[in-house]
Amino acid sequence: MTLAETTPTSGAVTAPEPVLRVEGLCVSVRTEAGLKPLVQDLSFQLRKGETLAIAGESGSGKSITSLAIMGLLPPPAVRVTGGRVRLAGQDLTSLPEAALRRVRGNRIAMIFQEPMTSLNPVMTVGAQLSEAIRAHEPVSRSEARTRAVEALRAVRLSEPDRRMDQYPHELSGGMRQRVMIAMALALRPEVLIADEPTTALDVTVQREVLDLLRDLQSQMGTAIILITHDMGVVAEMADRVIVMRAGRQVETAPTADIFARPQADYTRALLAAVPRMGQGATRLPVTSDPIAWLSDVVVRYPLHGGLLGGVTQNVHAVEHVSFDIRKGETFALVGESGCGKSTIAKALVGLAPHEGRIEIAGQPMEGLNAAGLKAMRRRVQMIFQDPMAALNPRMRVGDLIAEPLVIHGIGDAASQRARAADLMARVGLEPDHLNRYPHEFSGGQRQRICIARALALQPDLIIADESVSALDVSVQARVLDLLRALQTEFHMSYLFISHDMAVVDNISDRVGVMYLGQIVELGTRAQIFGNPQHPYTRRLISAVPIPDPTLKRAASPRLSAEVPSPVHPVGRQPVRVILRDIGEGHLVGTEA
Amino acid sequence: MAAYLIRRLIQSALILLGVSFITFFLLYVLPADPVRQIAGRAATAETVENIREQLGLDKPFVVQYARYMGALLQGDMGRSYLQKTQVAELILSRLPATLLLMVGAIFCELVLGLTMGIIAALWRGRALDQTLMVTSFVTVSAPQFVVSLLLLYVFAVKLGWFPIGGYGTFAHLVLPAVTLGILGSGWYSRMMRSSMIDVLRADYIRTARAKGLTRARIVLRHALPNAILPVIAMIGIDIGIFMGGIVVVESVFGWPGIGQLAWQAIQRVDIPIIMGVTLVSAFAIVLGNLLADLIAPFIDPRIKLR
Repeated sequence: MTLAETTPTSGAVTAPEPVLRVEGLCVSVRTEAGLKPLVQDLSFQLRKGETLAIAGESGSGKSITSLAIMGLLPPPAVRVTGGRVRLAGQDLTSLPEAALRRVRGNRIAMIFQEPMTSLNPVMTVGAQLSEAIRAHEPVSRSEARTRAVEALRAVRLSEPDRRMDQYPHELSGGMRQRVMIAMALALRPEVLIADEPTTALDVTVQREVLDLLRDLQSQMGTAIILITHDMGVVAEMADRVIVMRAGRQVETAPTADIFARPQADYTRALLAAVPRMGQGATRLPVTSDPIAWLSDVVVRYPLHGGLLGGVTQNVHAVEHVSFDIRKGETFALVGESGCGKSTIAKALVGLAPHEGRIEIAGQPMEGLNAAGLKAMRRRVQMIFQDPMAALNPRMRVGDLIAEPLVIHGIGDAASQRARAADLMARVGLEPDHLNRYPHEFSGGQRQRICIARALALQPDLIIADESVSALDVSVQARVLDLLRALQTEFHMSYLFISHDMAVVDNISDRVGVMYLGQIVELGTRAQIFGNPQHPYTRRLISAVPIPDPTLKRAASPRLSAEVPSPVHPVGRQPVRVILRDIGEGHLVGTEA
Repeated sequence: MAAYLIRRLIQSALILLGVSFITFFLLYVLPADPVRQIAGRAATAETVENIREQLGLDKPFVVQYARYMGALLQGDMGRSYLQKTQVAELILSRLPATLLLMVGAIFCELVLGLTMGIIAALWRGRALDQTLMVTSFVTVSAPQFVVSLLLLYVFAVKLGWFPIGGYGTFAHLVLPAVTLGILGSGWYSRMMRSSMIDVLRADYIRTARAKGLTRARIVLRHALPNAILPVIAMIGIDIGIFMGGIVVVESVFGWPGIGQLAWQAIQRVDIPIIMGVTLVSAFAIVLGNLLADLIAPFIDPRIKLR
């Protein structure tokens, strides 16, 4: 505050003074090959009460920018190599650490992507909140506590007094992100940096957190820098947008203009790649011949307790689920975390003990011996969410792709290698790269390797469990195109598991909506998205942020409902959902 | 919690039963004959057989073991073959000295090891870190008798700061405790360093920095309690290592603990004492691990004992 800005912005007399000015910011990382730029010549201004979105894909430098503003760049390798960050005129880049500490959390606060890991697990919520207040204001313990409770009330957390003495692991992801917001806003900072604040959250929780941020902003007049990859979130939240790519600003404009008249090619490509609801192509009706058939499938995990370690409770992961996947179709399972969609995938490949019946290509899975299971697994292959974790980092890509052939004893070494090269070419990778290791590829390329591996055995069914969720939108669009092309070519079926309604709307033929281990609605893509019947399906669809700033959504009820627990004591059954056909195979659940 | 404790205690009893069986069996098949040790070289075959019969050592293994365990369950650990004293009495008279040494040694270990580990983690990759890690490597690999003799020579013989050996005052405790402390600190410092480096990378440390907390508060209040968890589990295991190290150190410093007792008993094949010391040590290890597990939930609320 000592060096107040004296020159008013020319022309704009009524515009309030910017609280934050970033001028020609450059950030570099020191590598063996010298300084490598991460952010180059970035400039912007932020006014009171304004929301500026910095949008971009991974590696665009958007998170590095936020850390640079906070002075939190990981030392000593990464540092600011040029430019200024002025908070009310004062340059933060040249402040000594002690002075910068008084700014952090006090005048500029930050919330992060991962609410599950961003709170200290061994301190109570109250201790972490009070500590943030006491770090900057000379208040007593009890006074800090009172203010902390107020902050929790402000973020609309239920029972704020009780929450104070709880530990982070006792709260859900959405509640933890509210605590993070309470902590960031407790001291009413001038600037809030929100780095992918809702990316790790379920879509209905995301909706609540975004609403909350907007409400608090209008109350307090906080200026928000919103770092995100999600153009839907940008459209709903931001006043202005900066699109970044490879450390540089590609384009900046008011939000409405960016969506209506994107100037740069990259912005246009980015917007085109964003999956939108209502754009899925309706395909010809598929045959009714099922490749996989599930009837009354139940998966429960026992929880042990008591003196003799007996079963006292069960996690009801999947409850009486029945559906079929037909030849050549894409069946999608959607739902929020913990709804049991991945457990069904595990049961389908024999990795989760289940009750009920599962048939793959007409053959029941129950009672299969080890050899039978192995033969059955040839027909069903999986692609997972995180390709880096799914590929052994110490194996060459050629060996990884050929491994299923080796396991099932198909062909000799030469033919396996030739097949791996074919598959590489088929998924759009260079066959010459067979001898490389997974870390030499990008995220999207790694997912292609996983797809090639899944294709090696020419399966009838591929289970894609959140397979495009971790990818940037432009990469995601290309991988989805590849999956579609492969399906037409090899006439496979997909079980597509996702939490992303827009992606599901784009790729699926039929959709099952899951909630607490049960299917609550099932039908064709057109039935589910065009005529959603179950309240949960409606809530899911209406919660998805729409990448169109002209579309004003009706105010959603500001209420936080936590998803009930799927854990029940032994002998107690969850309420069963009965599906009724409301016409043309559109099944809607009602509680029995 | 109560159910957990009962289950753990039952497990502990089973472990001790196993230890007693294995030790007894090893002593039974051992070629060294305790009766020869008692009777002496000059004894006639008849005397030897008499003594053997008296001690019940002529009976089959199962009978011997059953007798020993039967007596043990009534609180009778037997009598020493050579000293004719109650084993329980011998152990009890020496236990305080060993416990004192153990407390002193673990204190030294933790103070040295944790400090070195934390400092190394905070100065990771710099000269200070490398120096500390080389030091820890030296302490881990140095033989006990070398370190104890070295300390004895420098601080007792040359400088005369501490007595050369014996038991009784605080000054007597320093050198043996420091010896064991130095030897054990290497493990702790390496473990603490890697644990601390992991924790310092955690998201909640970034949150703490973003709140504008001081570096000292971030390290002590946020990083340390999280980093120390694996180290606490190690203290339980460490008691076992400690029991092994104590034999040498007690001999060098003339510390009248159960390590010395065990050393003498092994040389003379005094089976009741060996059994007694082994069981007491095993009990200490089991108890140490149990305590470490019971402490953990107080530091990390996510840990539930069930």
